[in-house]
Amino acid sequence: MERSFKKEVELLKLGDGERFHGEGILAVTKAMLQSGVSYVGGYQGAPVSHMMDVLADADDILDDLGVHTEVCANEAGAAAMLGASINYPLRGAVTWKSVVGTNVASDALSNLASAGVKGGVVVVVGEDYGEGSSIIQERTHAFAMKSQIWLLDPRPSLPKMVDMVEHGFRLSEASHTPVMLELRIRACHVHGSFETRDNRRPEHSRNNALPGPDFDASRICLPPATYAQERHKIETRAPAALGYVRDNRLNEMFPGDLDDIGIIVQGGHYNAALRALERVGLADAYGESRVPIYCLNVTYPLIREEFQEFCAGKRAVLVIEEGQPDYIEQATHVFLRKADLQTTVVGKAVLPMAGEYTADVVLQGVTDFLAEHAPPGLDGDRIAAPLATARALQSRAREALGAPVPTRPPGFCTGCPERPVFSAMKIVEKQTGPFHVSADIGCHTFSTLPPFNIGNTVLGYGLGLASSAGVAPAFGDKRVISIMGDGGFWHNGLTSGVANAVFNQDDSVLIIMKNGYTSATGAQHIPSTGTNAKLEPVDMDITKALKGVGVTWVKSVYTYHVSTMVKTLAKAMTTSHKGLKVIIADAECMLAVQRKKRPLEARMLREGKRVVRTRYGVDEEVCTGDHACVRLSGCPTLTIRPSADPLKTKPVAHVENGCVGCGLCGEVAHAAALCPSFYRADIVRNATRLDRWIERLNDRLLGWLLARRADG
Amino acid sequence: MSAARSRPVTVLVAALGGEGGGVLTNWLVAAAGRAGLPVQSTSIPGVAQRTGATTYYVEIFPEPWERLEREPIFSLTPGPGDVDLMIASEALEAGRAMENGFVSPERTTLIASTHRIYAVAEKAQLSDGRYDAHTLLATAESLARQPLLRDYRTLAEETGSVVNAVLLGAVAASGRLPFDASHLEAAIREGGVAIEANLAGFARGRAVALEAAGPATPSEPALPAPETQGHRNVLEALLSNEAGGGQNGGWDGDAGEMRRAGLAKVLDFQDREHGRLYLERLAAVRGALPEGADPAAVTALLVSLARGLANWMAYDDIIRVAELKTRLDRFDRIRGEARAGSDEPLRVTDYFRPGAEEVAAVLPPLLARPLLAWVRRRPARADRRIGLKIRTTSAPGYLLLRALARLRGLRRRGHRFQVEDAAIRRWLDQVTRAAALDADLAREVAECATLIRGYGETHDRGRERFERILERVVTPGLADGAGLAEARHAIAAARGAAEADPEGEALGHLIEARAAE
Repeated sequence: MERSFKKEVELLKLGDGERFHGEGILAVTKAMLQSGVSYVGGYQGAPVSHMMDVLADADDILDDLGVHTEVCANEAGAAAMLGASINYPLRGAVTWKSVVGTNVASDALSNLASAGVKGGVVVVVGEDYGEGSSIIQERTHAFAMKSQIWLLDPRPSLPKMVDMVEHGFRLSEASHTPVMLELRIRACHVHGSFETRDNRRPEHSRNNALPGPDFDASRICLPPATYAQERHKIETRAPAALGYVRDNRLNEMFPGDLDDIGIIVQGGHYNAALRALERVGLADAYGESRVPIYCLNVTYPLIREEFQEFCAGKRAVLVIEEGQPDYIEQATHVFLRKADLQTTVVGKAVLPMAGEYTADVVLQGVTDFLAEHAPPGLDGDRIAAPLATARALQSRAREALGAPVPTRPPGFCTGCPERPVFSAMKIVEKQTGPFHVSADIGCHTFSTLPPFNIGNTVLGYGLGLASSAGVAPAFGDKRVISIMGDGGFWHNGLTSGVANAVFNQDDSVLIIMKNGYTSATGAQHIPSTGTNAKLEPVDMDITKALKGVGVTWVKSVYTYHVSTMVKTLAKAMTTSHKGLKVIIADAECMLAVQRKKRPLEARMLREGKRVVRTRYGVDEEVCTGDHACVRLSGCPTLTIRPSADPLKTKPVAHVENGCVGCGLCGEVAHAAALCPSFYRADIVRNATRLDRWIERLNDRLLGWLLARRADG
Repeated sequence: MSAARSRPVTVLVAALGGEGGGVLTNWLVAAAGRAGLPVQSTSIPGVAQRTGATTYYVEIFPEPWERLEREPIFSLTPGPGDVDLMIASEALEAGRAMENGFVSPERTTLIASTHRIYAVAEKAQLSDGRYDAHTLLATAESLARQPLLRDYRTLAEETGSVVNAVLLGAVAASGRLPFDASHLEAAIREGGVAIEANLAGFARGRAVALEAAGPATPSEPALPAPETQGHRNVLEALLSNEAGGGQNGGWDGDAGEMRRAGLAKVLDFQDREHGRLYLERLAAVRGALPEGADPAAVTALLVSLARGLANWMAYDDIIRVAELKTRLDRFDRIRGEARAGSDEPLRVTDYFRPGAEEVAAVLPPLLARPLLAWVRRRPARADRRIGLKIRTTSAPGYLLLRALARLRGLRRRGHRFQVEDAAIRRWLDQVTRAAALDADLAREVAECATLIRGYGETHDRGRERFERILERVVTPGLADGAGLAEARHAIAAARGAAEADPEGEALGHLIEARAAE
């Protein structure tokens, strides 16, 4: 993993009356243990990776409690794991990145939701929507509605988040329905504190086994039971849930003296709404608001009576609901119509249908709502001032700057082993002309950004090869290339991509990026890492798996050997071999390499052992400022700087000191015959006597040669 | 509502992945906690951490917990016009913050490092794609209530710390935090990582942030001007001859300096004869200018011409590269850049990949032409080149490169020299013709030579575009008398299009559009 979580594990051990200071996602993890979960699973992905990471490091307390944890093969596996709670009173929790993870999990989720649960089930979804997101922009909300899974969206304060996890399990058990807890990116990473309670030992676990298996035909997802389950959802489970949410006041109503208007807000956006009110002078920093607020910590199911009670007597309400479709706004209309209430409902009329609700967006919506609906007697100018100031500031800055500030999207890290593969593809493309590339999810998706711009489609995790099946034949004899990471390979790519291509005898080329981990999510272990999350050795191998499903053309290439990669790729594109051709681009994630190498080298240096440090550089006089090397590399340490030579008007290439000596820039310049500006410098530290002897001999020769030059 | 109109102090940190923005945030949170103040932080990590721009947001409540009856409600996102302390670890990120409205003249202390880390979009341009950092910093100075713009990265390097510690020192100096700066120091100690270095960086940032400083300037690495080796006497002699010939008009100031630099390069490339030819060619264009031409326009033309002609007459070939790679001071420079100790053995490896073109370049035309014709009939394949990795710091490697550099004597009779010479004459011819019409127009034609640079494919591509512009834009522009201004604009536009994309699409479209007119 990218870092150790031993310090965070200590937080999970806190007991009654102690104070937890830490990240939101860890508070939720602690709340699960306080709720007495029997088992926890999931699949890594921002923003919930840390839950999996911490649990992987928390063996001792989990073993003591008897809690089983598992890093699942994918989200479908994680959701299926929840099947344990269908027949048995076992509390279980799983986590993943949403909406993508929920998509993968949806088959198991539908079955789980239909069968219903005996033990409480909470799915923690990291809602990856808005700034910093790495996936398609969709809401998880629709999944909750269509499968009838309850959706919690707590106010982003640690005590409330913890409280809602604990309620989540009880709600799940009271209504025999799985529950989702939705946490947005910033809420997962929010740093705060809450008062802890002792962890609860699960009733049944490996420390106290179940008495025996339970067979219940009504829990099987097969007709006729499924018809009864569908009715049970409506007749029994939903009313039970509505009752629980109402009786336990999971949603909060904050009164205010301007009671002919109000704001209905998803719990996750309560803080943003309150800050907007504070800025326009209608609330203080402690949550005391003059405008009444109805805060939905449960966004599905919605409690009709509460909506009607809140809106009764109000001229207008503002619904703050991020994303689309506007389910909550629509439901509000329906509830009011049914009660014949004439309150005006304002939502997407003043707030955007698409995109994140940042402080800026919410301030705009609240200001516009108040401009139209604020009760008379309020100072309109005072209300409008913050937004007007903000807008004036933005346009003043943009005007003064003159040109938009260039974006800085994420890219391959310094020394990344995946970068050379795309450099090689660029070079091959010069020989063969452009070809279609079916890209995949992973760090390698950055290939679609500048400077490479390689990859024509992205269809989902592990689906690079599968997504080429339809388009490949349309290119005739010109083969298409598919990309897959080793993470995606084990997630589903082995079956949905490789086995499918062999089965259908597709004539295709696949590159598997084998860097050893799911690197984009924080270097979690996967089957081919060699060890599992608990560092127990496992013997699983990509090549063996490929051969096992019948792939015969498999070449493994060390990624930094650009010339070899160019040749192998060209060969794969032109060989007469029909069927799937797989190139394994093999080199460990550079972050992982550096994490191991740095302390080792530091120790060797301290002990006086010989260490060779390699870095690359550019001879500025030789560089002509064309920057073709940058376009073929994009390495963060390969950059430009102004030349002091008055004869050069373009900035010249330059390698910064963060260079880890991967050698790509030199290799690329070499393979593409770009230019001879690059040099490699090896610096021998703690040189041995042999080093010094050779050095002296060489120095003498060189010294003589240099002296002759200086004279001449 | 409660009587106190307290509200949180808001701090936004903009950093690049891997710069320690998270650690800086943790220090702030820990320090506020030590001071007994409610605090909240959030961040946007995830994939943004992989070298992209990322932000951390902190709110600190100025009233201690013990005096509070209710918990303050913190925002998870910064609001435009609502940021007290904006910390940017790099200059462009400060620009992004301003663009988003996070820097306000009423509220914001802007602590930004003036160094530049170029975005991919800036550095991947064929030409110069750098964002205008001077405007950026001037905007920062005018927009922030308290601009504390310094080269914090260099300060960090000087103190052996990381930029985040120095920025924290500047935060302490700003006085904008609602607690004593000693808590920040304590937070660094508590953090337990590289304590001494971080404290040193912190102290430095704190000391420097408030020191009086002139207008902020972008910190871009200053490079020493390249040395001119051993030709000083020849250079002076040639220049004084020129002056004696009474042709010094217009060669004062910038133009003269450029001519001197150009002459040095040309002499360095070949010999005295080549230098003499350089001056003669410059003089010829100068002589073609009409009497009474605008002196500023003349200077601009002469600067451009002196630069373009020198770069072309000292074109990049393997002989020149071998010469540059075996310069006396090169290994010391590399040692400095790689931060190698003087007692640590240094081994430098150079990459060469000569192909038939490079061989043909030094062969006499009689042999070179059939060789090139044969090569061009074969499909272009990069692997038809010989890969050479030469250990230049070893005596054999050094000798090999010296031997290559000594081929200079053959250069003049080689194929490439003659090809370039003919092309230079064609170009000069056009420049001279344009000069007779208008100095500005001549400068545009002269500037076209900047398209030709580099090695191998890069060079061929630039050459091809140059020829296309000369034939399709310059020649008709000089001939049809459609107006000087129009010709000038057409040439400038074509040159811009030629540098717009590596594939040459922009230039292709532009020329097609002209043809269609």
